[in-house]
Amino acid sequence: MDLVTPGFGLVFWTTLSFLLILFLLGKFAWKPILKSIKEREDTIQDALEAAERAKDEMRKLKESNDALLQEAREERDKLMKEARETKDQIISEAKNRAKEEADKILVSTREEIKNEKQKAITELKNQVAEISFEIAEKVLSEKLNDSEKQSESVKKALNEINFN
Amino acid sequence: MLEFKGFKTVIQRTFLIVIAQVFTVFTISANDHADSASHDGGFNAGEMIMHHVLDANEIHIADGIGFPLPIILYTENGLDVFSYGQFIDEAHEPNLTYSSASTNNTYAYNHGHITQISANGDELAHAGWGVNKHSFLDFSITKNVVGVFVILLIMFSLFLSIARSYTKGIGRTSAPKGSQSILEPFILFIRDEVAKPSIGTGYQKFMPFLLSVFFFIWIGNLLGLIPFIGGLNVTGNIAVTMILALFTFVITTINGNKGYWMHIVLPPGVPAWLLPIMWPIEIIGVISKPIVLMLRLFANITAGHIIILSFTGLIFIFYGTSGAGVAYGVSVGSVLFSVFMLSLELLVAFLQAYVFTLLSAIYFGQAVEDHH
Repeated sequence: MDLVTPGFGLVFWTTLSFLLILFLLGKFAWKPILKSIKEREDTIQDALEAAERAKDEMRKLKESNDALLQEAREERDKLMKEARETKDQIISEAKNRAKEEADKILVSTREEIKNEKQKAITELKNQVAEISFEIAEKVLSEKLNDSEKQSESVKKALNEINFN
Repeated sequence: MLEFKGFKTVIQRTFLIVIAQVFTVFTISANDHADSASHDGGFNAGEMIMHHVLDANEIHIADGIGFPLPIILYTENGLDVFSYGQFIDEAHEPNLTYSSASTNNTYAYNHGHITQISANGDELAHAGWGVNKHSFLDFSITKNVVGVFVILLIMFSLFLSIARSYTKGIGRTSAPKGSQSILEPFILFIRDEVAKPSIGTGYQKFMPFLLSVFFFIWIGNLLGLIPFIGGLNVTGNIAVTMILALFTFVITTINGNKGYWMHIVLPPGVPAWLLPIMWPIEIIGVISKPIVLMLRLFANITAGHIIILSFTGLIFIFYGTSGAGVAYGVSVGSVLFSVFMLSLELLVAFLQAYVFTLLSAIYFGQAVEDHH
């Protein structure tokens, strides 16, 4: 029966000791321990979340960088293409203009030559007329002296004329 | 004072005792054998075991080595404080009487019981729960009270020291160190595996009790497994488990919310004419919870101790019936079984602390549960 009969002394001391444990440890041990552990867990949780956020941000930053780079590359390609086009255009324009110019020069030269030729012919005509007049004058004057001599002088005169 | 038949030499006796002491929880003392030998002169295993499982007024380390503990009695005539040593004579027989000078009371000690006797030896009063003509209060610092104090000291030194470390910032802003690393997993275990799932929101309020009761029981169980310290059987004592269960009961009752009580008074879905039958059942249900807590811990720890002691007792039983040779042979098996049982008891020590804490947490959870 002793085994299952609680004794007063042990009941008293156990109650007292357990109350002491409950209140003293509760105040000076369990509370600070649990609080510290909670704080540490929160710190770790925060740090993990911050790291996750930083990683996310890094990822986003990298993505935007890549996008920026891609954009820049595209821009460059576009600019290059445009430049090439402009260059080609300028070259072809220049070529065209040069050709036009050359044509124009050629045309004006040709006209000038034609004009000069015309002028020369006109001059030649005038000279021929003058010379003809001179010859005619001489012949007439010769004729007046000698018919033979007249023809001779015509021949001579004709020989002298150099059609240049 | 060993009275075993046929003990030939002191060496033989010492050898058997050493085997018994090293591999079992409790020492076999001369007094027990004197007691148990009183009926038929042989070894009485039952009495030996009961003597070690029960409380005592001394810490018995080994044969002839024991520390008498203070006896504190509050009687009708006043307070008496004296040592248990007053009851022991030169031959370590605890059958003498002691007369107090201050109260003129005379006490006798017989088989673990202190009684107040008259001049002619009749019993006047015995230890009880009140102070009157036939009863006095026994505040004695018994073996198990010392055990309770040891648990208290261990818990204070362990947890106050780690609490100091935590307050300093070790374990809070840095990784836990030293004993924090050993104890923290268990604290977290109680919080995350016991309190949180069983109680839910508001579990923080119950954490101090759950942690206190868990470590109290666990350390108490482990103390009972250490040999050579007098065989403390704190958590295998019904007074201790009763108090622990009572704490659980009181905390459950105090924290019981409206839903908890309504569940008892007006169980949902029960027709009105059944209620008079339901009430006693509900009340039994409420009361049986702490009683089951009390009995489970007490029975498990006591049973473990009894089994280990029985294996040791076997050696002496066979010695008495079949002689020294057989006893040596049996001792090999007994020691092996004792080692096995002790290993098992290490597990049980943790398991019972866990079960008590878990069930307490579940009861608290029922008390604070939201009934919609």
